[in-house]
Amino acid sequence: MVEMLEIFDMNWVAQGIRLSVPLIFAALGGLLSERAGVINIALEGKMLFGAFAGVAVTWWTGTNVVGLIAALAVGAGIGWVHAWFSITVRADQIVSATAINLFALGVTAALIPAIWEGGRANTPGVERFRRFEVPILADLPEIGTVFSRLSWFDYGALALAPAVWLVLWRSPFGLRLRACGESPEAAASVGVNVIRTRYTAVMLAGVFAAMGGVYLSLVQNGLFQRGITNGRGFLALAAMIFGKWRPIPVLGACLLFGMADSYQLRAQSKSDLPVELFQALPYVVGLITLVFVGRAVAPAAIGRAYVKD
Amino acid sequence: MAAELQRTLDSAGSAVARAAATDLAQGVGRAALIFVATVLAALALAAPLIIAAGSDPITAYTALYEGSLGGQRPFAETLVSMTPLLFGGLAVAIAFHAGLFNIGVEGQLVAGGIAAGVVGIYVSTWAPVHVLLALLAGAAAGALWALVPAALKAWRGVHEVITTIMMNFVAFSVSQFLVKPGGALEGEIPTGTEPVQSTAELPRIWDPTRLHLGIVAALVVAGACWYFIYRTPGGYRFRLVGANPVAARFNGISSSRVIVEAMLLSGALGGLTGAVEVLGTHRRFLDSFSPGYGFDSIAVALLGALHPVGVAAASFFFGLLRAGSTQLQLEADITRDMITVISGLVVACVAARLLLSRRAARLGQGD
Repeated sequence: MVEMLEIFDMNWVAQGIRLSVPLIFAALGGLLSERAGVINIALEGKMLFGAFAGVAVTWWTGTNVVGLIAALAVGAGIGWVHAWFSITVRADQIVSATAINLFALGVTAALIPAIWEGGRANTPGVERFRRFEVPILADLPEIGTVFSRLSWFDYGALALAPAVWLVLWRSPFGLRLRACGESPEAAASVGVNVIRTRYTAVMLAGVFAAMGGVYLSLVQNGLFQRGITNGRGFLALAAMIFGKWRPIPVLGACLLFGMADSYQLRAQSKSDLPVELFQALPYVVGLITLVFVGRAVAPAAIGRAYVKD
Repeated sequence: MAAELQRTLDSAGSAVARAAATDLAQGVGRAALIFVATVLAALALAAPLIIAAGSDPITAYTALYEGSLGGQRPFAETLVSMTPLLFGGLAVAIAFHAGLFNIGVEGQLVAGGIAAGVVGIYVSTWAPVHVLLALLAGAAAGALWALVPAALKAWRGVHEVITTIMMNFVAFSVSQFLVKPGGALEGEIPTGTEPVQSTAELPRIWDPTRLHLGIVAALVVAGACWYFIYRTPGGYRFRLVGANPVAARFNGISSSRVIVEAMLLSGALGGLTGAVEVLGTHRRFLDSFSPGYGFDSIAVALLGALHPVGVAAASFFFGLLRAGSTQLQLEADITRDMITVISGLVVACVAARLLLSRRAARLGQGD
C-alpha cells in the first residue's frame, strides 16, 4: 500500500503533464471547431496524419523542425477537407468525420511498409524534440524535477488554454466564432461570414490536433507506429465535454486524464497488478467523468449545417 | 352494379399496385446504381494510394479478385468474411435508424466473442441448445457492452460516438487480460482460449471449406431486421426518433427509451457478430480475432443505405475485400490496412453524395 502511494511524486506529475499534452492540443482544437458549430469527431484521424507527416518529413529532411511545420500544414489541409465536407457539402458531420478517421488509420498504416522497407508496424526512429531544464527553477527541491523533465511543447500546451480563452472570450474574432456555433443565422444577419469563420475554426482544429499527433511521434516516441493515437482523439473529446466546452476546465480534464494514465504506467512497474486492465484506466476514468456532466451545455447550433440564403 | 363497382375497384387496385411496383423497381434500380457508383468511385480513389504503396491498381485489383472469387475456396472465404460484416452492418444500421451512431461494434464483438467462447467451453449440453445458448450469451454480452453508452446518451446526452469508442478500448484490454499467458482463459495456443466443445460449434456447410452456418443465420437476421424496421411499431418508433425526435415526443414517444432500446439491440447484434465468428470460424476465442470487422461495419451500413438488403450487398462487397486482402498482401505486397482505407473512402463517397444530388436537383430546376 505504501508502495502504491509512493507513486504520487514529482515524476508522476511530470509524466502526467507529458501524457496530457496530446489531449490538451486535440481537445482545444475540438473546442474551437465545436464552438463554431462543427462537431469534431475527426480529431483522432487528424492526430494520426500529424504524427505520420511529422515523422515522414523529419526522416526525409533530417530536421525535426521541418517535420513539425509539415505536420501542422498537413493538419490544416485535413482540416480543410473536413470543413469542405461539413460546411460546403453539408454532409452529416459525424459520417464525414468517420470517413476521415478510417482513412487516416488505414493510410498511415499502409504507407509504413511502402516508405520504409521492411518496417511493418513501425517507422525507423527519427530525431526527437528534447526536454530541457528551466534555469533556476530546475534546481528547486522536489518541484525542480518537473521543470527539468518537460519540453517547449509542454509549456506551450499549458499556455494554449488561456490563450484560446482570451481569443474566444476577449476578441471580436472569438465573439464571431462563438456566434456561429450558437446561432449562425443571427451571426449572418449582423454581417458575420459564417462559412469563412467555420472554415477557419475547423482548419485551426486540424492544426491543433496535428500538433497533438506530432507530440506523440516527435516528442514522446521518436517514431510513428500503426494506430499510435490509440483513441486519444476520442479521449480528448471526452475531456472537451467534461470541461463543458470551456478552455480552462478542458485543460483541467486533460490533466486529470493524463495523471490517471501516468498513475497506471507507474503502478504497473511497482506492483503485479494486471498491466492489461490498467491500460484501460484512462478510458474508464473518461467514461466515469462523463457521468457527472450536466446536460445541454453544447453550443446550440452544433452539428447543424448553415445554409446561406 | 355491384359487379361493375367491384371491377372498377379491382382495376383501380391493380393500377395502384402496378404504380407501386414501378416505383419500387425504379427505387431498387436507383439504389443499385448509387451502390455501384459509390464502390467504383472508392476503388478509383484508392488507385493513387495503391501506387503510392508501391504497387499498381491492376495487380492489386486482380489479386483481390483472385483471392475472393477465383475458385471455391476463395469464394467460401468471401462468404466467411461476409458473415460478421453482415451482422455488424445490421448492428450499425439499426442504431442509425434511431439516429444513433454505434461505432463500438468492434468492442461489442470482442465482448460477444468472449461470452460465446466461455459458454462454448464450460457449459455442457446437447448440440443445438449449446450453440443457441452460446449465441445468446454473445448477444447479451454485446448488449451489456452497449449499455454504458446507451445510458450516458439517454440520461446525460453524451454523444455515443465518444463513449462507444472508449468501450472498445476497454474491451481490448479485457480480452488481452483474459487470454494472456497465465490469464483466466489461457488455452494451449498463445493469446487464445481452449477450443469450444464440438456441441457449441456452428456446423460447416460446404466441404472442404470453412464456410459455416453463420452465413445462413446472418441472412435470416437480416430478414428479421427488415421486418422489424419497416413492419413493426417498434421499428416505426426507432425511425421516428431518428428522423425527428421533437415530433416523436409530441407523439408520446420517449426518445430516451428508444435510445436505450436501439443501442441495446445494436449491441446485441454486435455481440452476435463476435459470437458467430468464434463459434463458426475459429471455434475458440482468440485475442484480436477481428481484423477490424466492427469498423468495416460502419462502411457496410452506410454503403447499404441502412436497408437490410443493401447492407447484405455491401457486406458481400467488403467480404470480397477482406477475403482478397491475403492475396493482396502476397502478390501486391500491400497490407490489409488498405481495406480500411477503402472503407474510409466508401464512407467519404457516401458523405459527398449529398453534394452531387443537390447539384443534380439544381440542374433539374434549370438553375
